[in-house]
Amino acid sequence: MFKKLITGALSAAIAFGASYTVVHADDELYIPMLSYRTGPFGGNGTPFANGFHDYLAMLNTRDGGIGGAKLVMEECETAYNAQKGVECYEATKGKGALVYNPLSTGITLQLIPKSPVDKIPVLQMGYGLSAAAMGETFPWTFAYPTSYWSQMSSILKYIDMNGGLKGKKIGFIYLDVGYGREPIPLLEQLAPEMGFELAMFPVAGKEMQAQSAQWLNVRKERPDWMIMWGWGAMNATAVKEAAKTRYPLDRFIGNWWSGAHADLVPVGEAGKGYIAANFSGIGTDFPALQDVIKHVVDAGKSQADPSTVGNVLYNRGLYNAVLVSEAIRAAQKLTGKTKIDGTDMRLGLENFVLDQARLAEIGLPGFTGDVKGDCKDHEGAGGVFMQQWNGSDWEKITDPISPMTDVVQPLLAAAAEAYKADKPEWKGQTCG
Amino acid sequence: MGSFVYSILGDPFVQMWQMPDFFIQVIWEGFVSGVLYALIALGFVLIFKASGIFNFAQGIMVVFSGLTLVGLHALGVPAFIALFTTLGVMYALAFGVERLVLRNLVNQPDIILFMATIGLTNILIGGGQWIFGSETKSMITTELLIPTGSSVWEPNGGLVIFQHIDIAAAIIAALLIVSLALFFSKTKIGRALRAVADDHQASLSVGISLNQIWVITWFAAGIVALVAGIMWGARSDVSFSLQIIALKALPVLVLGGFTSVPGAIVGGLIIGIGEKLFEIYWGPLLGSGVEGWFAYVIALVFLVFRPQGLFGEKIIERV
Repeated sequence: MFKKLITGALSAAIAFGASYTVVHADDELYIPMLSYRTGPFGGNGTPFANGFHDYLAMLNTRDGGIGGAKLVMEECETAYNAQKGVECYEATKGKGALVYNPLSTGITLQLIPKSPVDKIPVLQMGYGLSAAAMGETFPWTFAYPTSYWSQMSSILKYIDMNGGLKGKKIGFIYLDVGYGREPIPLLEQLAPEMGFELAMFPVAGKEMQAQSAQWLNVRKERPDWMIMWGWGAMNATAVKEAAKTRYPLDRFIGNWWSGAHADLVPVGEAGKGYIAANFSGIGTDFPALQDVIKHVVDAGKSQADPSTVGNVLYNRGLYNAVLVSEAIRAAQKLTGKTKIDGTDMRLGLENFVLDQARLAEIGLPGFTGDVKGDCKDHEGAGGVFMQQWNGSDWEKITDPISPMTDVVQPLLAAAAEAYKADKPEWKGQTCG
Repeated sequence: MGSFVYSILGDPFVQMWQMPDFFIQVIWEGFVSGVLYALIALGFVLIFKASGIFNFAQGIMVVFSGLTLVGLHALGVPAFIALFTTLGVMYALAFGVERLVLRNLVNQPDIILFMATIGLTNILIGGGQWIFGSETKSMITTELLIPTGSSVWEPNGGLVIFQHIDIAAAIIAALLIVSLALFFSKTKIGRALRAVADDHQASLSVGISLNQIWVITWFAAGIVALVAGIMWGARSDVSFSLQIIALKALPVLVLGGFTSVPGAIVGGLIIGIGEKLFEIYWGPLLGSGVEGWFAYVIALVFLVFRPQGLFGEKIIERV
């Protein structure tokens, strides 16, 4: 009898748990946060999550949310693990999720096929699958403000502007996971076309802090320039090893995930000269950042250490939240609804306009380049600027460098075709 | 076919001959890596010898000790006081592990104890992140008077760079190993520890306190973890990803034997130098990135000839 009772209670609990979902009120918009504050990459995931959360929290406090609807943020810890990321997605999608921002290419790759089924868009802001820039093939995935391939082309353009690419040897050091491998097809395609030689240096996860072999190989190969697609502790170690092997740091360029304060502060003076790409403003000298500090940080509603507010990754997370909030506004305007759903959000992501006038209006003048939602172009092909480490802080050293759209677009189109080639059920969209 | 054979059996040696300075640099880097692998492996060996436990938490102990040291210093504690306080924290950890975990699991199968160390790992990860945060931190290298900078040797116009931190790591590791060897062979507690390693029940029957020995062993492993944390942290930084470095010690243990201190040292050096040589001279044939798995190849090749590892004890169990 007792056994039956226990079994019955357990079955009921499981059935209840499976069917139970929190449904948010009509004046609430639910935004799940797939963040990582723990694990090997927690040091980088934390400031990003803080920036993302704090901007939306500021909108709640200062403006009462967006369009009269409060924003409800729920964090789910992924530890930068694709499996945990998918678990977070499954656990939150039924709560009225508007959009997913996975902050992990590995998780994004898992979510891309799910998003059209669940009708919840994925915003892989400056990471993820580059081919997702093709809006007609990937209606539910967005890569604003630019994809990895476009960014790589901007970096190559910078190298070309500083001594030329032709006949040069370009070294590519990368975290040997989906994220790090993402730009390799582009590099392999462009190397013969643009006349440079490519040397690759993969860094396995467990070697992030033991890169002496990779840098011995760099010394052996003697590349003219080094490009890095690193993350977490890999970045600081790579810069230290580069300095140790006397590689000229002003010829070592990291992508925008390899150029945070979290990466270079531990390196300090030894990292002087190292260059990294970026697309979001640095510092707190923006009215919106001041509002975040006033309404959220100083009010004790943030998890951020106040000294990290305005740092590269904090502002990157904040920028991600700006894209989300602008898309929500666009969706509300287009549909006339206060409480929008994932389908409406997709519409918003294809129709928002974040130009310099709008940036000034929301208190972020000159924070980033123009980005405009579009049905066909899901990345915006925004430019990146270069910043250089001066031993204690980052300094912007170039204006935004636009990507080689003419070169990258055909490759993105081909990659998008290849993606859906073995998925007969894949549904695209036709843009007018 | 001829060129393939040449690329394996000829070209690498030609490269070594043509660029001797680079070859020396590779050997040096391999040696330093080997010393650091040996340091981590040593922590595993100490605990395995005394209690038969494969301590999954050794990697996070390296991180935890490093973070404690850096964290205390960040609070304004002078470097050397922070160092000794960290030693105190590692002793408290050893005491806590013995009281709360090991004592309650006496006579349990090894796998249970192994699982307990996985639990301990997660507690230290969670606790560490809660106390110190998850950001990467710089080791207080200069404050601990560990030399930085480098010396250059230019044999025949070549270039070999010796980082002072690497030289210091090798010397400190050597001193630690000599100290441990003297401790085990010349002190009463050391002899008791070896007795426990040989036979738990026989040790108990002659009045050796197993609990006390476990605390001392875990504390010794904590000291080794702290030294490893300082040296790894000084070379790269102190972050939670450092715990993955412990995986690099596994082939060292397979090669050197789980119960041998000399095995950890010699194994570390063979793996460190071997993987670097293979990665640099033969790696390009396989597309690079071979360092990670080649260490296991070296270990397995040795195991074919010595299943107990280079210095491991030959276990004969009678039916």
